[in-house]
Amino acid sequence: MSIDEIRKKLGLELAAGGGGLHREVLSGYCGDLLSDVMANCGKGAVWVTIQGHQNIVAVAVLREMAGIILANGRRPDPETVTKAEQEGIPVLCSPLGAYELAGRLNALGVGGMEQ
Amino acid sequence: MYGLVPGGREWIEMAHLLKTFSITPRDFVRAGEISIAIQGILKSVGFGQDVIRRASVCAYESEMNVVMHGGKGTFFLAVEPEMIVMEVADDGPGIQDIDLAMQEGYSTASPEYREIGFGAGMGLPNIKKNADEMEITSEKGKGTRVKILIRAEEESGGAG
Repeated sequence: MSIDEIRKKLGLELAAGGGGLHREVLSGYCGDLLSDVMANCGKGAVWVTIQGHQNIVAVAVLREMAGIILANGRRPDPETVTKAEQEGIPVLCSPLGAYELAGRLNALGVGGMEQ
Repeated sequence: MYGLVPGGREWIEMAHLLKTFSITPRDFVRAGEISIAIQGILKSVGFGQDVIRRASVCAYESEMNVVMHGGKGTFFLAVEPEMIVMEVADDGPGIQDIDLAMQEGYSTASPEYREIGFGAGMGLPNIKKNADEMEITSEKGKGTRVKILIRAEEESGGAG
């Protein structure tokens, strides 16, 4: 499933990085500690976090993620938008919390481990 | 650590691919760009996915350590078909207790850094887990140097 299909099914708002919406989602991960995400996130993951600052894009690129979902109504910083556009990493926004988003992703067949 | 490399330190100077980057402390706008550039180089060389993943984690954690805690830094990359060597040095305050700094969960990061998701105390442990060899030297008031070696065999899972 592409990150764009997930965006449509969960009603997520695209904030940046539309050029990467074709990316294939292979797994999911939740976390707000960047080193924890670096250590434990699978390849092709959709990452649910409340961190909106620019360094999340570097983490997403380095772990070859499919995209980032900002939970709880968080918005990306302007620098995050710029970097996400440059790198083609979709940044999606949702008013839902991380737990709820993870549950809905799981119901769509996105597991915690790389598929 | 270079004892395992034929020719020792000189091998690095003769490596096929050498690259040096400057790290600016507290520059969060550019933080991570060196690691992304290194990942691009390693992909273009044609290393396997696991090697690139491990090198990317090591590069990112090393770069962020200097951005957050260090002084003016240099990131040195040497690449051969069978191995990747990274040396990250800075002229910052140094690490008071390296054994403590290597413990997962220990961090000297400020509350401001913790709020934005840094300071989990996982940076150096992440490097250790993903590198085949790691050496860290530090002198109070003079700086820190981290040396990382990653072997390119796909079956290698890191020093763990």
